[in-house]
Amino acid sequence: MISISELRFRYSQGGFALYVPELEVESGERVAVIGPSGSGKTTLLNLIAGIRSPQSGSVITNQVDISGLADGARRDFRIRNIGLVFQEFELLEYLNVLDNILLAYRINASLQLNKEVRQRAVELAEMMGIGDKVSRNVRRLSQGEKQRVAVCRALLAEPPLLLADEPTGNLDPTNKDKVLDILIEYAESKGSTLVTVTHDHDLLSRFQRIIDFKQFYDLPEQVSKTSGPQDLETQDPGPRTS
Amino acid sequence: MKDTLYLAWRYLAHHRVKTAILVGSLTLITFLPVGLNVIVGQSARELTSRAEATPLLVGAKGSPLELALNSLYFESDTPDLTTYSEAVRIEDSGLAQPIPLYVRFRSREYPIVGTTLEYFGFRGLEVASGRSMAVLGECVLGSRVAADLGVGPGDTVVSSPESVFDLAGVYPLKMQVVGVLAPLYTADDHAIFVDLKTAWVIQGLVHGHQDMDAPEAAAGVLKREGDNITANASVVQYNEITPDNVDSFHFHGGMDGYPISAIIAVPHDQKSGTILMGRYEADDDISQIVQPATVMNELLGTILTIREFVVAALILVAIATLATAALVFLLSLRLRRREIDTMSKIGGSRLSIGTLLVSEIVAVLLAGVLLAGLLTVLTAQFGEGLIRALLLG
Repeated sequence: MISISELRFRYSQGGFALYVPELEVESGERVAVIGPSGSGKTTLLNLIAGIRSPQSGSVITNQVDISGLADGARRDFRIRNIGLVFQEFELLEYLNVLDNILLAYRINASLQLNKEVRQRAVELAEMMGIGDKVSRNVRRLSQGEKQRVAVCRALLAEPPLLLADEPTGNLDPTNKDKVLDILIEYAESKGSTLVTVTHDHDLLSRFQRIIDFKQFYDLPEQVSKTSGPQDLETQDPGPRTS
Repeated sequence: MKDTLYLAWRYLAHHRVKTAILVGSLTLITFLPVGLNVIVGQSARELTSRAEATPLLVGAKGSPLELALNSLYFESDTPDLTTYSEAVRIEDSGLAQPIPLYVRFRSREYPIVGTTLEYFGFRGLEVASGRSMAVLGECVLGSRVAADLGVGPGDTVVSSPESVFDLAGVYPLKMQVVGVLAPLYTADDHAIFVDLKTAWVIQGLVHGHQDMDAPEAAAGVLKREGDNITANASVVQYNEITPDNVDSFHFHGGMDGYPISAIIAVPHDQKSGTILMGRYEADDDISQIVQPATVMNELLGTILTIREFVVAALILVAIATLATAALVFLLSLRLRRREIDTMSKIGGSRLSIGTLLVSEIVAVLLAGVLLAGLLTVLTAQFGEGLIRALLLG
């Protein structure tokens, strides 16, 4: 599902740089990405999603070299193939629950909003336990409910890849488990790939593979440049910042 | 497109106070110069139409504007008075028909216009109920006066004293209402029309009192010298003209010397009008002749110059308002940076996001312009009535 090789990325301002010699995520795999703040976890998700483009190397997502696409094509690809979940939910406060779930269908013509999609959105909301709140403004929801709306928004287009950036970071333990359950159940039922950035080590047992950025962050340059991300169990080097 | 417009609508509806303030500001700033233009145009037409319908005005030398405003709209102070002999002079010239006016007294705030029945024909006034005045002491009301006072034929109105402290001055005269005019939406609607002689009765120049030869008046007689009788204040003077006392009303002296405020001169033809104007050219003439249209156009020239300044000021305010609105939009964009980023991240197209933001701005601008247009149409439609109400009281 995801194949990264010789990826180099540097922000135009600031000294942060990311180098990922190699990273492979299989289709249907559930991967947790952990590491200290500022180590590049979110940047990696942005590169996989095509939100940012690397200076060199390639990012192949769902068999498409996303780093080689033009901006418009990347957006079209992203909205059809990738579901994004953010730590801060990033809901539009002037919309109600249903309109937030349907947002992707209103901001890109490559998705067609029709009756079936609306029906699917309502069913998703019901599955998430917020079916009775679809007409409510999102400002009047609890934190857990807001994140469930955000998850519904990410799942509505039935994407083969889910990228979640600390999706449980702002939730209490009950909601934390509930949201993660939803994401994992969806991924298993649809055979989708799930890549989740998290700081919560209690949740790591729910994932098939864990990529620890810190471990590679501290590696000497010559090692990191010749290594790729591996399971914690194998302790192979993975992506690093330099 | 439909979907982005929907999102724009939801945003504007959610921030309805901000939207309303923006739309309101843009509406006002668009409407004010346009509306002012419409109102000034209508005012100009309103003022000039009556002036243009009045060919010539003759009055005592003085302010032509005062003479025109008093004679056309029954507004402003009474101009310097001329005499009825001036009307006779015009009549005798054979060049124009004179319509004398004596606009000096009031009943409450309504002007009492002393004139002749020719005035009714000249202005196209029609009696809607009752009849025209026929005898001394009768009056015909303009439609607004009748409506405001709630009076009609058979009722009475009383002239107001010019000054409550002037005991020797004009005393109130109770006048019989015999008719109400059909509305014409002009100054005539706001006036009370009486015969010229009745106006002189109000002034006390024509008066009626107890028969001095009657035995009951004997006690009040101070001196008799031929036809002249001097009496004290105990002699009863009539403040209402009735069939019983109408015969006692009499003139002292000839009518020629009686005051009037102006004469509308209706020339028999253009040449007669020119000749008549020429006759008032002499420097030593105590009267003046004016063309009301010319006088009012001079006044309008001043008003229009003021309008130019007001419009210029409004344009500056409009620029400032638009700059402020632009700033509000820019600040709004900054506040919405995160929302825009989110839409970009999940895959929103640049076109859709741009359309969303632009359509919000366009919607606010369009709403402002449409509302301003609606206000302008309403002003054009109903402004004339408003102007009449403002101009005519």
